[in-house]
Amino acid sequence: MSAQPGAVSIRLERCAKTFAGGTRALEPLDLAIAAGETIVLLGPSGCGKTTSLRLIAGLESPDPGGSVLFGDKDVTRLPIERRNVGMVFQSYALFPNLDVRGNVGYGLKVRGVAAAEREQRIDEMLAMMQIAPLAARRIDQLSGGQKQRVALARALAVQPRALLLDEPLTALDAKLRDQLRLEINALLRRLGITTVYVTHDQAEAMALGDRIAVMNRGSVVQIGTPRDIYRAPADRFVAEFIGTMNRLAGDVRDGVFLCPGGRLPWKGDAPTREVLFRPEDVAIVAPAEAELTGTVAAAIFLGDRTRLSISGVGAEPIIVEASGRQIFKLGDTVHLRIADGALLCL
Amino acid sequence: MTRTGSFYAQLAVTALIGAFLIVPVILSVVAGLTVNFFQGLKSGLTLRWIGEVWSLYSGTVYLSLLVAFACLGATLLLGVPAAYVLAKRQSRWTRLVEELLMLPVAVPGLATALALILLYGGFREFRTSWHFILVGHVLFTLPFMVRAVLAVLTSIDLATLEEGASSLGASFAQRFFGIVLPNCRSGILAGALMVVTLSIGEFNMTWMLHTPLTKTLPVGFADSYASMRIEIGSAYTIVFFFMIVPLLLLVQRFARLGALDRQ
Repeated sequence: MSAQPGAVSIRLERCAKTFAGGTRALEPLDLAIAAGETIVLLGPSGCGKTTSLRLIAGLESPDPGGSVLFGDKDVTRLPIERRNVGMVFQSYALFPNLDVRGNVGYGLKVRGVAAAEREQRIDEMLAMMQIAPLAARRIDQLSGGQKQRVALARALAVQPRALLLDEPLTALDAKLRDQLRLEINALLRRLGITTVYVTHDQAEAMALGDRIAVMNRGSVVQIGTPRDIYRAPADRFVAEFIGTMNRLAGDVRDGVFLCPGGRLPWKGDAPTREVLFRPEDVAIVAPAEAELTGTVAAAIFLGDRTRLSISGVGAEPIIVEASGRQIFKLGDTVHLRIADGALLCL
Repeated sequence: MTRTGSFYAQLAVTALIGAFLIVPVILSVVAGLTVNFFQGLKSGLTLRWIGEVWSLYSGTVYLSLLVAFACLGATLLLGVPAAYVLAKRQSRWTRLVEELLMLPVAVPGLATALALILLYGGFREFRTSWHFILVGHVLFTLPFMVRAVLAVLTSIDLATLEEGASSLGASFAQRFFGIVLPNCRSGILAGALMVVTLSIGEFNMTWMLHTPLTKTLPVGFADSYASMRIEIGSAYTIVFFFMIVPLLLLVQRFARLGALDRQ
């Protein structure tokens, strides 16, 4: 990834947001986004991710004491129309009174870009988003995926200093979402534009983010690369929000973690009463190699693999993934082994 | 499709109701065109009465049109921004304002007119000019404009559209004229036709507010029924129809278009 010349770094300093009525949407937040970086704000609804985005956009202003910086410039008091950001909304917010061309060119028009230059830029954008054949369509004649492409073209046409996306794929069906996610990813890499992407979908966050900021109850809980967040979650909220995490209660005795389903080697020095691990770190093995034993409580065939729910290992069933070729019946006894270094203790 | 007895029963009821509504209209029109209504059609048909209405009352037609279009201008200037503010700021207070705006429709026109006379009757120049009638009409028709525009504004995601426009660099004026107004066009058109139609037909309030020199069409109409022969009053009805029916047809058409827009 290389930052494009116009890309700008963004910094939030002590940005809190309290809405009229006293609801604290955002605790004081410090966040630094490098020029050209794609950062994903991820979290459940009400976690403050959209509020953070709107602070960056200039659609909300932070409580007194907070400031928003683009590069070295303090833009806290600058309204959105003077921040030069491109924004894509969950509902697209395309203008029904204008056709596709008119929508894409709107930002250039209000900025007073001359007609010839404007038309050329619109053509470039339409070509880039592969929507040139739709140029004369009315907005209500477009599908959801087409609308999202128009929205992206419109936001990028003004060559914004940063691109801000608020759950842009949420309104689309699963297949289209996957396809557009790939396209957006390729586009962001190619453009090298500073991007803030808000979503509640962890798969989207993993696929798109250079870094992910996981948010909960108005605060950033952890910030890091997708790999960091997945492999080394900072706390149980992150661990359970991203991917699937198994929990197993037990006791450490003489370097061994003991639980109802068996025993696990325990190398950590601190004693713990609970370990966590991902389904993909559990292998189904021969009885002689087993660390844990349980019975199949549920088996969901997913085609390429089978997702098993195993009871008898701990208080709650644990989730294990097996090859789709193996056949499991309810009540089968399975023997499990957990990969080295996969145990987490939070 | 075989038609059952209930079909014919429904047809009969519909025809009866239709007749109940339409027969008086036809009678009025015929009366306005016959030489002598009491002798009936055999006395012959004539345009004489319409000519006489025109020579006696053409001033009321012009005044009605003047008032109606001035009223339209005022309700556009007041009502569209009012609807915009009401749509943007949904609170207890704006709902109260919305209800207050409806009051002149609920209160009898005579009462509103009386209040206007009590309040402004002392200003002679104002009292005797057509502006006095205009004020009454604006009070009465404003809620129709506000409601029509508000209905469209609340059916589109106004806040997000404006945020989208401002993210692209549009100032308030650019947003308002380039995005907000064009997207509530169907509401503005429906409201405008409603305002013109209501203003042309308004009688209650206008009857109280008018002076002998500021008679609108419906007031002249009442005047002719009370003091002229029945044929002249009926011919007046024809003139009135010619003005109001095309407007009503347009209202219907735009109401349908507006409904399509919102789908």
